[in-house]
Amino acid sequence: MPPNLRIALRFLTARKRSMLMSLAGIVFGVGFFIVTQAQTSGFEDFFIHTILGTNGALRVEYHIQTSAEPDAPAAPPGTRVSSDGSIQDPARVAAAVRQFDNVSGVALVLQSEVDIVSSAFAAPARIYGVNLDDQLAVSDLGRQIIRGDLADYRRAPNGALLGSTLAEWLHLGVGDTFTIEAGDQTRRYRISAIYETGIRDIDKERVYLHLDEARSLLQRPGAASYIQVSLFDPDRAPEDARRIQTVIQHTVSSWQQREKSWLEVFRALRVSSAITVSTIILVAGLGIFNTLALLVMEKTKDIAILRSMGYTRHDIARIFLWQGLLVLVLGAVLGCLLGAAGTWGVSRLPIRIRGIFSTDSFVVSWSVWHYVEAVVTASVVVVIASLVPARRAARLEPGDIVRGTAQ
Amino acid sequence: MPPVSDQPALRCDQLHRYLGADEGRVHVLRGVDFTAERGRVYAIVGPSGCGKSTLLYQLGLLDRPDDGRIWIAGELMSGADDGLRTAARCRHVGFVFQFHFLLLEFTALENVMLPMRKLGRLDPAAMADRAASLLAAVGLVGKTGRAAAHLSGGEQQRVAVARALANEPTVILADEPTGNLDAANSELVFGLLTDLARQNGQAVVLVTHNPEIAARCDEVRPMRDGQFIR
Ligand SMILES: Nc1ncnc2c1ncn2[C@@H]1O[C@H](COP(=O)(O)OP(=O)(O)OP(=O)(O)O)[C@@H](O)[C@H]1O
Ligand SMILES: [Mg+2]
Repeated sequence: MPPNLRIALRFLTARKRSMLMSLAGIVFGVGFFIVTQAQTSGFEDFFIHTILGTNGALRVEYHIQTSAEPDAPAAPPGTRVSSDGSIQDPARVAAAVRQFDNVSGVALVLQSEVDIVSSAFAAPARIYGVNLDDQLAVSDLGRQIIRGDLADYRRAPNGALLGSTLAEWLHLGVGDTFTIEAGDQTRRYRISAIYETGIRDIDKERVYLHLDEARSLLQRPGAASYIQVSLFDPDRAPEDARRIQTVIQHTVSSWQQREKSWLEVFRALRVSSAITVSTIILVAGLGIFNTLALLVMEKTKDIAILRSMGYTRHDIARIFLWQGLLVLVLGAVLGCLLGAAGTWGVSRLPIRIRGIFSTDSFVVSWSVWHYVEAVVTASVVVVIASLVPARRAARLEPGDIVRGTAQ
Repeated sequence: MPPVSDQPALRCDQLHRYLGADEGRVHVLRGVDFTAERGRVYAIVGPSGCGKSTLLYQLGLLDRPDDGRIWIAGELMSGADDGLRTAARCRHVGFVFQFHFLLLEFTALENVMLPMRKLGRLDPAAMADRAASLLAAVGLVGKTGRAAAHLSGGEQQRVAVARALANEPTVILADEPTGNLDAANSELVFGLLTDLARQNGQAVVLVTHNPEIAARCDEVRPMRDGQFIR
């Protein structure tokens, strides 16, 4: 053990109580930091996961007219934006998109606003005409079914998949029928299954129909509003969107772009909770500063003795830095343990949320970065808090000290 | 340049030191010349306030002179940078303070080991052995493991003497090392210091108010108003 560390350990015990208080501050600061980050980013991850599992990573929309290049390699020639905003010849565009290497699935979607009428209630909704197998490839729809059966939907041409919130509003269950009014058409459908994504905005308005049925209902044969694309690596979506857009000359938007406002809300939430919790660490840092500053004054004679036997200014500075470091290391380790335990505990909290999300327990995310961020914050605070008293101790002149004691 | 061992352990030339600021400024050391040869024991005597401790801090490189020069083992130290002076304190100087002696959180043994740890010449086991034998030499056999805070004033002073000897310094500077001791222990400590000086060729400079002790030193330097009068 280096002599300076040995001396630091002994000096620590001289102010045991206030050091323990500072230590507790670091432990709780680091712990709470981790728990709040795990929570806020847990909800964020949940949101992202659901968005990706529902809307896919990319969305290909209308043709870009102005910069159309007739000889662009994969651009389907003659494609035009149609008056209702749908893609013309969507199958060819879809085939072109499928060629890109990060693309894991492609599905055509025909979407329209309609009114839904059950025996007693009516509600506005959106129909999504999809090919079931394509849609299963680009989304988590298969895992989002909470009642009923996809096999039944596959067999029934007039089958429909309803969001849980919408079904609740309309007092409809699996096997019930309802009518959809679109333009001058009114058709009757039967609920094959009810899904729940967990995001209320989706669950309250989306009705999945078979693509052919939707085209016929809306009288738009062969049409698609957009193409939903899933990626092997969704984090690459912005680059892929740019690349695909340049090649196929259709507007391609990434999920990061589409959900920008929500993602920014989450980021703001995460940053603000980090700042709030960091004040605990800051207060602990002030405690360490205070304790060390007092300790330096209390130990001036010891500093003179150490200097008299050849301990350098650096040694003296290190003795006080070590003390901060010891509190930091112990605090960080215990704080991380507390954070992990707290995160686990919070994830077990049976709490029913029915707001923007629906979930039955707190959603947490386990990321080593929360621990790194907490420890880095604590390190910066503690190092600054110990550096100042340590430098003061190092600057003390042994001659001045001993004259003070030599009466 | 002659070999270092031919040089006196310590020498100072026309040391001046002013203390205090503005109106309170006092000319405490007024041109002190002093040489301590290896193997000899010196007593500095004089009335309270004449500047004995102030001189010792100068010689122990704890404080800088306003004028004059100090050599330790032949090296000019008065104008040297802090690093060199600190290294010289570690290697060449054993200092016993007049009032505050020990780091109270450490045991007697650990206090004596502190300078050895800094010098880093011995392995820890050898350091502990050496510290224990030094403590035995000052009559503290059964108390090596006791916290310094729980030792009496005289015991603390003897631990401080043992600590000053730890690195076999070229010169030992002791500010009334027998001030708190009874006759028997005064004898023990003084005997140890004189034996060491003669056997190892170390120089010993004592400040003392005890005329008997002073009389048994090789040389007595009476001091008055910041100057040696002999
Ligand atoms: N900071 C200071 N400002 C002004 N005068 C000072 C200061 N420190 C010490 N002195 C004066 O310097 C003189 C020498 O002090 P010093 O401690 O060296 O005396 P001493 O000979 O060791 O006395 P004693 O035998 O009592 O220990 C004293 O007159 C003291 O009042
Ligand atoms: Mg004195």
